[in-house]
Amino acid sequence: MYKIAKENLPALFQLIAGERELYVPVNNNGQVNFAAWTEGAVVDLDTLKSVKSPKDAFFPQSENLYTCYKDGKKITIQPEELQNQNFVVFGMKACDVKGVEVLDKVFLSEPVDSFYAARRAHGTIVALACHEPEESCFCKVFGIDCAEPVADVAAWMVEGELYWKALTEKGEALTKAAASLLTETDEAKVEAEKAAIRAIVEKLPYSDLSLEGWNGDALTEKFNSPVWEDLYKPCQACGTCTFVCPTCQCYDIKDYDTGHGVQRYRCWDSCMYSDFTMMAHGNNRTSQLQRFRQRFMHKLVYFPANNDGMYSCVGCGRCVEKCPSSLNIVKVIKAFEKQGGDQ
Amino acid sequence: MQELISRAKELLADGTVARVLGWRAGDLPYNPEPAYFTTAEELENFVYNGFCGANLSKYMIEASKLEGKTMVCLKPCDTYSFNQLIKEHRVDREKAYIVGVGCKGKLDIEKAKKLGIKGIESVSGAEMTNAADTLTFQTIYGEKSCSYAEAMLERCHVCKGKEHMVYDELIGESKDTKDAERFAEVEKIEAMSPAEKFAFFQKELSKCIRCNACRNVCPACSCRKCVFDSTKFDSAQKANVDSFEEKMFHVIRAFHVAGRCTDCGECSRVCPQGIPLHLFNRKYIKDINELYGEYQAGADTESRGPLTNFTFDDCEPSIVTQR
Repeated sequence: MYKIAKENLPALFQLIAGERELYVPVNNNGQVNFAAWTEGAVVDLDTLKSVKSPKDAFFPQSENLYTCYKDGKKITIQPEELQNQNFVVFGMKACDVKGVEVLDKVFLSEPVDSFYAARRAHGTIVALACHEPEESCFCKVFGIDCAEPVADVAAWMVEGELYWKALTEKGEALTKAAASLLTETDEAKVEAEKAAIRAIVEKLPYSDLSLEGWNGDALTEKFNSPVWEDLYKPCQACGTCTFVCPTCQCYDIKDYDTGHGVQRYRCWDSCMYSDFTMMAHGNNRTSQLQRFRQRFMHKLVYFPANNDGMYSCVGCGRCVEKCPSSLNIVKVIKAFEKQGGDQ
Repeated sequence: MQELISRAKELLADGTVARVLGWRAGDLPYNPEPAYFTTAEELENFVYNGFCGANLSKYMIEASKLEGKTMVCLKPCDTYSFNQLIKEHRVDREKAYIVGVGCKGKLDIEKAKKLGIKGIESVSGAEMTNAADTLTFQTIYGEKSCSYAEAMLERCHVCKGKEHMVYDELIGESKDTKDAERFAEVEKIEAMSPAEKFAFFQKELSKCIRCNACRNVCPACSCRKCVFDSTKFDSAQKANVDSFEEKMFHVIRAFHVAGRCTDCGECSRVCPQGIPLHLFNRKYIKDINELYGEYQAGADTESRGPLTNFTFDDCEPSIVTQR
């Protein structure tokens, strides 16, 4: 275990950024999102959650796959280069790290997504324990311990000092690179911090949310439930929940006419959008009820059915905070719980 | 709130309306959601407080297609949107039983959170019956408070007034919450140099994640299918192809609603990235006022819109170069 004073963090960031790219939570006009560190960046480690999850670091909202250039009758196809430089994401939370684990299931299973795999291979995650969890958090429900994030490096902010513990080889390498600024210390203060965080988690209103009945075998029962008919109504079909989510992984592939060729890119898709999974024959989900249902069935039924029971929700609570109509996965789970009770 | 619930029950019982469109209590103290109620039992979960910011006018487009009348709760500012939708033949006035609800300003929980109030367990002061100017939060981290005005939505600081523009009956008192000039922020930007303006909008709009919440919540954006959702359009609605598009999406949207935007402020309320989108609309409103005469969209259902009308006093196209 090492530590570094909070006021020395800019020096640490400078050191890391000197040899590889560094992503940190940055405050831009009042909103905190992960962005590349620059000298003038306003780094914000106090705000609990970035608006967007940090999944962009591995699965960007938009990325080129290849570009076609046309010169007379000659067409050249230039594939996009894969990530080949090491980078660090500093300040992810335990839920966000678990979100990456969910993405791994999708993108690292056969056929492996080479763009994602290259980023994962070159990325080192420094995860920060949640000093003061908030009422919209429910990571505990998914077995996540926000007091002890599992990443390449786990970190804790206690009384103006950042405690640092490498957990993997990548983490050891980063520790070595940052050694000149880190001092060795014992774990006493971190142990106290962990206990304090866990005590707060117990008090959070969503910590006792029950996922009973949500599993890969519940498909027919949940899919056909009349509960959806009332639930989806406030939904205005925007993509906020899907775009702030650390685990939403659906993407679309599009061509952009550059005027002298074509740029093929992929971008996040949202099951809330009317052209989601549109095919030549049309769309297989024609109503908002179906699209709304898709999101929650995917997270709580389809994903566990295909991934040994693993849910594709990590309880970060961003959808809870950001939905314009105050709908969210917690309300969905509770609505089904209530219906079960009524029967 | 009890008066609203009783009246809703009566209207349902005597068959005046088939359903009630209002807000259902959330599972946190500040997250009620828009909801339909069809029975007295369901109305037990009806809520109306400072957190009911959502403008229900747009939901009336769909509700107008349903069998029977819908009782809809509209705040004074929401009624402007409803009127505008009548004018555009998007809602059916005959299908709506409008209860104009009182308003003392609506709250933005994010503003409270920016003041460091977190781990919220309960809130007092947000109820309609509470005349207090203070919001008191019980949180996991102790009791916190802020003034009601500090946590108010931007739009309430420039409130258009306590009067409902259209209603069948009124329930509840409204409060004057205006404490800022509507066009002050616009004037500030107008005074900037072109480079400063560019930097301002660049910084704000670079936060956009193209979630389309601003568009989907907007009562003026009532096209059945948005051009940006077309698969044949060489621009994706879900990602910014380049930084030009990032800026243009919002400018185009503001142009599309110019002359029809009532300045209800929903775009800025819902933006997950806190982009002050209303500033675009307000700039166009200000320009329209100056170039075509004072106009408030949604103040009535009969007048011709400034951009869909012609008078000899209209500005000439050369205004573009003159400015």
